[in-house]
Amino acid sequence: QDMQDKETVTPERAEEAKLKAKYPNLGQKPGGSDFLMKRLQKGQKYFDSGDYNMAKAKMKNKQLPSAGPDKNLVTGDHIPTPQDLPQRKSSLVTSKLAG
Amino acid sequence: FLGAGGGNDIQWCFSQVKGAVDDDVAEADIISTVEFNHSGELLATGDKGGRVVIFQQEQENKIQSHSRGEYNVYSTFQSHEPEFDYLKSLEIEEKINKIRWLPQKNAAQFLLSTNDKTIKLWKISERDKRPEGYNLKEEDGRYRDPTTVTTLRVPVFRPMDLMVEASPRRIFANAHTYHINSISINSDYETYLSADDLRINLWHLEITDRSFNIVDIKPANMEELTEVITAAEFHPNSCNTFVYSSSKGTIRLCDMRASALCDRHSKLFEEPEDPSNRSFFSEIISSISDVKFSHSGRYMMTRDYLSVKIWDLNMENRPVETYQVHEYLRSKLCSLYENDCIFDKFECCWNGSDRQVQLCSGIVMTGSYNNFFRMFDRNTKRDITLEASRENNKPRTVLKPRKVCASGKRKKDEISVDSLDFNKKILHTAWHPKENIIAVATTNNLYIFQDKMN
Repeated sequence: QDMQDKETVTPERAEEAKLKAKYPNLGQKPGGSDFLMKRLQKGQKYFDSGDYNMAKAKMKNKQLPSAGPDKNLVTGDHIPTPQDLPQRKSSLVTSKLAG
Repeated sequence: FLGAGGGNDIQWCFSQVKGAVDDDVAEADIISTVEFNHSGELLATGDKGGRVVIFQQEQENKIQSHSRGEYNVYSTFQSHEPEFDYLKSLEIEEKINKIRWLPQKNAAQFLLSTNDKTIKLWKISERDKRPEGYNLKEEDGRYRDPTTVTTLRVPVFRPMDLMVEASPRRIFANAHTYHINSISINSDYETYLSADDLRINLWHLEITDRSFNIVDIKPANMEELTEVITAAEFHPNSCNTFVYSSSKGTIRLCDMRASALCDRHSKLFEEPEDPSNRSFFSEIISSISDVKFSHSGRYMMTRDYLSVKIWDLNMENRPVETYQVHEYLRSKLCSLYENDCIFDKFECCWNGSDRQVQLCSGIVMTGSYNNFFRMFDRNTKRDITLEASRENNKPRTVLKPRKVCASGKRKKDEISVDSLDFNKKILHTAWHPKENIIAVATTNNLYIFQDKMN
């Protein structure tokens, strides 16, 4: 390895280069709107049978966008399917800390 | 690497561990908050399943002076349940985000617990006697036939086995569009604040159908959103002052006397950034995950992904001290971003206040990965890394300091960065308000450590 290069590139920048190499489409500003909107949208579930059936029809023609660190807002393209929704929660039991 | 530090040479020993031993952790059992009450007699935990477990310290055994009282289960109850907001198509988790105790005013104990949307005031009371000897009722509650009553007696209270009951006394709901991250009780003990990603509300403990919005950072156009509120806390002494931290690493101090809506801060604490060091990760790792005032209120501590910073309220342009929690992770940011660990929200806490006045707020503690936790002594400038593990659980044996080998040749007893278990995170820790007793939460276990007493 070139020792000269290592001195000028901070560890953080080296990590950034690694990430960009893996995900070339990664947006410039991670702290920007998209990223924060994802945080605000936590818990949002859209389930509408009309949307679901239309999405199923669409699926036959094209790939659903794959999940990744750069996935877009959860509207439109990504419709939750019954498989996506979490299992019904089990009955409430006492915490094991109290055992 | 013999870090004999950790403040005043406190020697930490294992005391207790609570929770299941098995590795297969149910989601509901993930501990999400830990908090001592004001006397330290009670220790509360909240979990992802919406349950609260309260432990009580037993009275010190005068004969066995080598250890302080143990914490045993006092009360446990279901604080919050999962909900679904049909209007907004929003799933509301029952996970308890924060618990805050009220100072004790009478025989009962009160705490506030909150999930993403609803804050509840719980009353925890003891019942150790019950009335017996009614004239018209049998002991089992059945009514007696009045015609069979020939004499009258006065009912009396008789002792019974201690029963601890928890009941929800107030429900503060429907005031938050976004997810609540903090609650903080004011020093007036009458009001408290709750903060979500974009707004902070002020409540009166007695009034549930109204709350005042005191901070609103929601932009008119959501496309312009650049930062969110990450934590908020009232000043310990000034009932008009509070702070809130942001995802961009800033802290704003607000004075409620200035205006009804505190959109303009009184002080803005921000460390200038070296633009040449800026990277994709800079903003993410600068996001503040916790803010805590010191007991005096003169300082505050913030936790971001890699460090703990101490700020003097009189100096806004930079922190007075910075402590590196796990600097070796800076060269792992790519994989930490990929596995989402870079978004982990670590908390931090100060040592208890009554011990030695000069060393008030002298030690800070925070968690890390691999079930390690760190302490920094502000006075001696020494630091120590300890591990919460069942392998170290011999009471009265001093915990061995740990060391992570960042690069190069790993010495014996050191652990290399690549061997760290990033699923074993210590996000929540608490320090007893008066004693050197700490509570450290791993994913699903609660560890209690104590200062070795001689």
